[in-house]
Amino acid sequence: MAASVVDTYADPNMSWMNAPHSTGTSIMACEFDGGVVIGADSRTTTGAYIANRVTDKLTRITDHIYCCRSGSAADTQAIADIVTYHLNFHRMELGEPPLVQTAAAIFRELCYNYRDSLVAGILVAGWDKKKGGQIYSVPIGGMVQRQAVSIGGSGSSYVYGYVDANFKPNMSKEEAKKFVTNTLTLAMLRDGSSGGVVRLGVITETGVERLVILGDQLPKFYEG
Amino acid sequence: MASILVPEIPAPGFSFENCQRNAFLEQKGFPAPKATKTGTTIVGIIYADGVILGADTRATENTVVSDKNCQKIHYLAGNMYCCGAGTAADTEMTTQTVASQLELQRLHTGRTVPVATAATLLKRMLFRYQGHIGAALVLGGVDRTGPHIYCIYPHGSVDKLPYATMGSGSLAAMAVFEARWKPDMNEEEGKKLVRDAIAAGIFNDLGSGSNVDLCVIRTTGPAQYLRTYEEANIKGKKQGSYRYPLGTTAVLKQRIIPLEVESVTVRPVQPMEVEASVSS
Repeated sequence: MAASVVDTYADPNMSWMNAPHSTGTSIMACEFDGGVVIGADSRTTTGAYIANRVTDKLTRITDHIYCCRSGSAADTQAIADIVTYHLNFHRMELGEPPLVQTAAAIFRELCYNYRDSLVAGILVAGWDKKKGGQIYSVPIGGMVQRQAVSIGGSGSSYVYGYVDANFKPNMSKEEAKKFVTNTLTLAMLRDGSSGGVVRLGVITETGVERLVILGDQLPKFYEG
Repeated sequence: MASILVPEIPAPGFSFENCQRNAFLEQKGFPAPKATKTGTTIVGIIYADGVILGADTRATENTVVSDKNCQKIHYLAGNMYCCGAGTAADTEMTTQTVASQLELQRLHTGRTVPVATAATLLKRMLFRYQGHIGAALVLGGVDRTGPHIYCIYPHGSVDKLPYATMGSGSLAAMAVFEARWKPDMNEEEGKKLVRDAIAAGIFNDLGSGSNVDLCVIRTTGPAQYLRTYEEANIKGKKQGSYRYPLGTTAVLKQRIIPLEVESVTVRPVQPMEVEASVSS
């Protein structure tokens, strides 16, 4: 008995280190009249342990383009860093802010070319002069698809019905914020690997507005 | 085209070509030898005027404690240190490599290197090796933007937190932090909290043990490395003695045998040096 407990530290397969460090996640992005609202939960897990309960999965790419990360934390952070580098370079050559479509294309390029070694499901969202608020979904195989509303991560499976039932085109900013908050709260309540706080970002022509909704301020739903 | 006269330049980076072969060998019952993994408790916190890092000092090889007083807080630069958990050799080499790059960067720019730079260098290196470098790090330091604590995982992901724990004792240590950490603690409170978190790891985790090492990095002044801040496991004193006083055993009989000692002195004789004849 004692030996088996001790062996936990000797066996590398049991080790706390070897469990992949991933974001079992609920992420969402929603177009509204004038921009996009992005949102995510804040839980990062290593096996059964919550390695970070206040993670920020909404990552800045440029002033007007953000991405929501799901999958392996290491992979998605590395991809986001590389895309940020490419877009900074692109902006200097172009002399104006890059398009959201361009960002999505670079994400797709990386996610597709390295599809065998990456675990990354990313939502690219932002605002540009050409097409206004846009959302591009880049799922695990490296596809890209523009969507008016998109959800991702392990928690999303629980709320497809809610999203389909409640999404309306051309919502107001407040309506969209409420919709994203409700969806993520429902996903967090049903998905064990999502939880913590809800982080929101509202991207419009003027830039980004970041919000945090703490656990005790989340909307209440049926808990029976 | 490879040629004997013009050898092909080997491709840069880490080669994974033997991974499949190794997996096959392992499946056939020939596993690769295991490296020393330090079951560890390492922590870091932000307090009112800087950061405090902490570590235990036990190194293990399987179930054997291979070093009872090893150093797990590594030097990176004057304004930052890094606690390492995981494969001992990997944490040591990773921190040394990055420390060298940071010093070159400091000399090149003539400025104190930001902590974010170290975090980026470490994560890029660990991501490039896809988790094969088993280094789990807690990076702490101060720069012109204030104090910072980073958690860096072997696969190359990074978390930026006000308080962090890593290693097999991280759960015990995190329990202490979640209960007692608060923003803007003073140095006395901070050191006490870090000591208690490491002690929780030492006493409740089998992979951690021995002493508490601390490192205080203040925004105002130089880093203070407190090697063996506390000996958590002082060896106890024996309550009783099993020594018998002289004369306890009765002498029943005595016999003295005189020994005849024959002394012979052997003196070495140096042979006389003979001068060699010189021919012209």
